[in-house]
Amino acid sequence: MIDRLFCCTLAAVGSLLLTVAAASAHPHVWVTMHSELIYAPDGTVTGVHHAWTFDDMFSVFATQGIESKKKGEFTREELAPLAEVNVTSLKEYDFFTYAKANGKALEFKEPPGGYFLEFDPKETVLTLHFTLPLKTPVKAKDLVLDIYDREFFVDFSFAEKDPAKLVGAPAQCKLTIKRPEEMSAALSQQLSQLGPDQRDPSLTIGAEYANRIMVKCP
Amino acid sequence: MPAAGRRGGRTTSQLVKLICAVALAIAVVVLFAGALEVAFAQGSPFGGPRPQAAPPPPTSGVLGWIFAKQAEFYRQFSGLIKAAKADGSAAWSLFGLAFLYGVFHAAGPGHGKAVISSYLVANEETWRRGIVLSFASALLQALVAVAIVGIAAALLNATASTMKGAVDVIETASYGLIILIGLRLLWVKGRAFISAARNLHRPAALGAAVTPADHDHAHHHHHAHHDHGHDHHHHDHDHDHHDHSHHDHAHDDHASAWGHAHAPEPEELAGPGGWRRGLSAVIAVGARPCSGAIIVLVFALAQGLFWAGVVATFVMGIGTAITVAAIATIAVGAKAWAKRFADSRSGYGMLAMRGIEVCASLVIIAFGTLLLAGYMVSERLVGM
Repeated sequence: MIDRLFCCTLAAVGSLLLTVAAASAHPHVWVTMHSELIYAPDGTVTGVHHAWTFDDMFSVFATQGIESKKKGEFTREELAPLAEVNVTSLKEYDFFTYAKANGKALEFKEPPGGYFLEFDPKETVLTLHFTLPLKTPVKAKDLVLDIYDREFFVDFSFAEKDPAKLVGAPAQCKLTIKRPEEMSAALSQQLSQLGPDQRDPSLTIGAEYANRIMVKCP
Repeated sequence: MPAAGRRGGRTTSQLVKLICAVALAIAVVVLFAGALEVAFAQGSPFGGPRPQAAPPPPTSGVLGWIFAKQAEFYRQFSGLIKAAKADGSAAWSLFGLAFLYGVFHAAGPGHGKAVISSYLVANEETWRRGIVLSFASALLQALVAVAIVGIAAALLNATASTMKGAVDVIETASYGLIILIGLRLLWVKGRAFISAARNLHRPAALGAAVTPADHDHAHHHHHAHHDHGHDHHHHDHDHDHHDHSHHDHAHDDHASAWGHAHAPEPEELAGPGGWRRGLSAVIAVGARPCSGAIIVLVFALAQGLFWAGVVATFVMGIGTAITVAAIATIAVGAKAWAKRFADSRSGYGMLAMRGIEVCASLVIIAFGTLLLAGYMVSERLVGM
């Protein structure tokens, strides 16, 4: 009898733990981005360049205590150590960037350098510039690039103006972007049925909220 | 006693059903708190600044809405702080926003709803104490955020990562404290549960569990004293003896604290010393500052309006406390309901109540462990 009682309590505790383990973050950082796909002269994609602008509160928080010659302004050099911390920490999150060429996932290398942070004193916002090279450049008829945080700590969105560009791409390549809010009605229905205490175990649903860049080349 | 034995046998299946029902009731309440936390993992993508994207059913609609609101409020802080710099009256809007943000934000992770609710359930607390504990921990949380930013950023001009380091240390300590509180409750409640289970079979020996425990204790003490005498030189003996009696005294206090476990009427728990116990829960939950508050404070500081950030943080704490207190009250209410239901079945009811308390203690331990292990990394500060 006591065994059965324990079974009951353990079941209750167990279901609670599953719920808790699934619990995650809520955004404290908002990023507005401009992204560029870089092409080599032979028409292969070599990588992606991101310019991510953080929201003003996070930007001010992140620059707190950093020494600067001019109060309230920071040069690239003064921000260099912070840029390095950013890029190093981003590794852990795969730079929130996921690419597929002709349906096959691509791998990125770490940024070789050349990344930097810019501070806009008027808007008090930081912008992180960095380039992610592909491990092996690919020729892709159908290229998909998703940018999202599967833990939703960072809320990514494309900039209103010039969200994405192709650099050096063959002339016939066509670029389209998809913002998360342009999600299909069918998918939102499917998600709404998931229930508040459930989470997609494969963590692929976040991808459906990605900011997506699609390039079709003949 | 064959009669009692038969009665016990007949009601066993009833008892199991009862216990399941009661456990379920508590689980529902605690899960409700947990679900709110998870809602943020879910709510973020289709919530946030684009609530029109998802037309979900009522439950996730409400949760999605809560999420959308808190994100919307949070994003308005910077604008209002900047506005308050130019026009002092905008500070009132800032405080109003801070209050609403607190109310909505507390539904998210990191504000101890589940820990406080479980603590209240495990510890036979009243709803009044639930409210007091909720407010005390929320205000402590605000105070810690103000202290960290005030000392680290305003006075020492420390960097964000230094502040993060400080928060990390506090976090680890508070999660450890949560586990300790859970373990202590588990020890007390587990013993109470076992004694309630024993009493089922020996209804006549209601106080039996107390007596052997005390006896063991005394015996052990005596034994230790005996060893003690052997291990030391004679000229040391008096001194040692003195020390020993001190030890003895402390030990007795200790025993009486644990002795609550055997109290047939759990209301006795709310006696003197109860507040001291509550304090540990307040510290465990409230010591960890909310990173949202820290970011708002740093932003206000940079704008030269630190005072406005401080007031906003405390107002935010009041908002947070209201939500946590509401959830805690539901949890206490559910337990009170379960208790009324259980009391009508005497010894079995007692066992069921102790079972719920053991369960709530396990929840606290689990929460603390998950938090400590980083499975609930609720808020990364400069992980970017």
